[in-house]
Amino acid sequence: MTDDKRPARVPLTSGLVDSLKEGFFPEIQAAVSGLLSGTRSFYVFFVLSLLTIVAASIGGLDAVRIGYHHAYNVTREIPWGILISTYIFFVVTSTGLCIVSAIGHVFGMKDFMPIVNRAVFLSVVTIFAGFTVIFFDIENPFTMAIYNVLSPNVASNLWWMGTLYGAYMAFMAIEFVFLLLENHKFATYAGLAGFLTGVAAHSNLGAIFGMLHGREFWYGPYMPIYFIASAAMSGGAAVIFFTMIGYKVNDELMEAPMKRALEAVSKLTAFMISVILFFTTWKIITGLVGAPGKKAVIMATLNGPYAINFWVFEVLLGMAIPLALLLSSRFKNLKMSFLASVLMIIGIFFMRYDLVVLGQVVPAFHELGVNEFQGLHPYMPSFHEIMIVIGGMGIVAAGFLLGERIFKGHKSSH
Amino acid sequence: MFKIENLKKESLGKLPLLERREFLKMGFVVTGVFAGGSILSLVSNAEKVFASAGEFAEKYPYKPHYSMVIRQNLCIDCERCLEACRTTNEVPDYGYRTAILEKHVPEAVGQKTEFIPVLCMQCNDPPCVRACPTKASYKDEVNGIIRIEKKKCIGCKVCMVACPYNARYFNNETRAIDKCDFCFETRLSKGEKLTACSAVCPTGARTFGDISDPSSEVYRMVHQLQKRVWVIRAEAGTKPNVFYMKS
Repeated sequence: MTDDKRPARVPLTSGLVDSLKEGFFPEIQAAVSGLLSGTRSFYVFFVLSLLTIVAASIGGLDAVRIGYHHAYNVTREIPWGILISTYIFFVVTSTGLCIVSAIGHVFGMKDFMPIVNRAVFLSVVTIFAGFTVIFFDIENPFTMAIYNVLSPNVASNLWWMGTLYGAYMAFMAIEFVFLLLENHKFATYAGLAGFLTGVAAHSNLGAIFGMLHGREFWYGPYMPIYFIASAAMSGGAAVIFFTMIGYKVNDELMEAPMKRALEAVSKLTAFMISVILFFTTWKIITGLVGAPGKKAVIMATLNGPYAINFWVFEVLLGMAIPLALLLSSRFKNLKMSFLASVLMIIGIFFMRYDLVVLGQVVPAFHELGVNEFQGLHPYMPSFHEIMIVIGGMGIVAAGFLLGERIFKGHKSSH
Repeated sequence: MFKIENLKKESLGKLPLLERREFLKMGFVVTGVFAGGSILSLVSNAEKVFASAGEFAEKYPYKPHYSMVIRQNLCIDCERCLEACRTTNEVPDYGYRTAILEKHVPEAVGQKTEFIPVLCMQCNDPPCVRACPTKASYKDEVNGIIRIEKKKCIGCKVCMVACPYNARYFNNETRAIDKCDFCFETRLSKGEKLTACSAVCPTGARTFGDISDPSSEVYRMVHQLQKRVWVIRAEAGTKPNVFYMKS
């Protein structure tokens, strides 16, 4: 980006800053003017993200008021809908950001260093967004806070997932604080702890599905393995996406080390897309033989009601086009990498949705051949559910933008 | 000199008793006998259900070990059981603890529709109990019934996803997951001997009792050789305590 292309400062805010300056102590003045000294795109996006949070809060509170069974389209047969899949979307992204940042900060690959601060910060923001979304899915969240501690079931993957993710969020926040303090020794320890708890938590999230032996589509060791590989792919896309946007909203030129870092992340991302393509291919092929319930889901994916989700969003947007963009640009063209990351994030959102919903669409009694359960169970997200999903995205956007402003583009000395 | 009468006989009669019985058993398993539209295996039905004989003591770890045998062909879909369940257990209209599924087979000879009552199978290896993060779902240590401690239920619904039998729903009135508990809270714990559904069934399609007691009707129904006994979705490996057969 060259100087003459930079967007103009927002003129309105300068007047506001001037008027504020007259009535405040100098420290507060400095803080306020620092917060208000952004570019036009910063303010546009920030206001938009706040509006979505406000709108989503109204939707979420309304869902609480009228009851989730009225507000959401989840049913007895499909109890987990878009809120759970969005929670997974956010925590997969968070774990991925942690994994990608750990490559640089914990495992010492120098090329990855410049992206570490932003990735660690965003891993906290995205998991917070995930927790917020699932707060509106769990019927008794305050009971959870009590009995997760008083009555733990150590055989439950969900208990481990929740508990480890709680610890993970704390470790990542601690790592970020030490990064800010430039204390890299402790930041690395915290980063390692965050990495280990994140991987453990995330594979447990996969195992929630993988260990349900009544659900053929999910059951088996595939899920925990897939979740970790998939997280690395999501993390790569998120790093590219947020770093590029970060430079845009901060109105800064990208330094050479950051360019090298994004090229390295692009390579990692392309590799992880290949891994997930490979996984997906074999998931489909193995699903075509054996258990009839599983085959019904695979056919719904390939040539049924979920075909557009699968072929257009998961395969084309999520993997094939981004991989082609990354490979054809030889990882050097960051605009191509950015476009690839945007498409991936959209595609990955559908991947999580399909993974959650498709595991439930085959009726429990499908093999009995009874009249009640002839076809697949239907599910479409309700207005309230979609509002809360948008709110989660608003939280990530607002958190990201505030982070860029408060931590001044996540610059660090390393 | 080679004489045929000097050769050792190779008939089954020469085999030790145990081997001969195993051989016969294997033959019956392989061939089966087709009778009345169902495969009638002469191997003990209990063995089929519980994997191997001689393990009954381990397989019935509860006392009483509550169980239900559903004689599928006796169900006439009068729905008195559903009504009794709703009234007894205060089941709201948007939920159910037990249901009657209808199977229509147009190409069948004679009767073309059959009814299949379903409820919580009170599994010996229950996926819902393992999945629950706070032990709100638990297997009663005395009688093996899968029960809910309502105050611990966080409403995450993982048990609903885990259940292979669609036996659970979220009750908004109690703010907890609800499911069939063999009427433990409403009847059995108050001295009643039967569940509401089995007590009200006019045809005896639902037989309830203690399967660890050899004198009980459910024990005798499952531990006999003449009629096939099965469980729904045996492949899920949950070891249900609700058995199905035809009378």
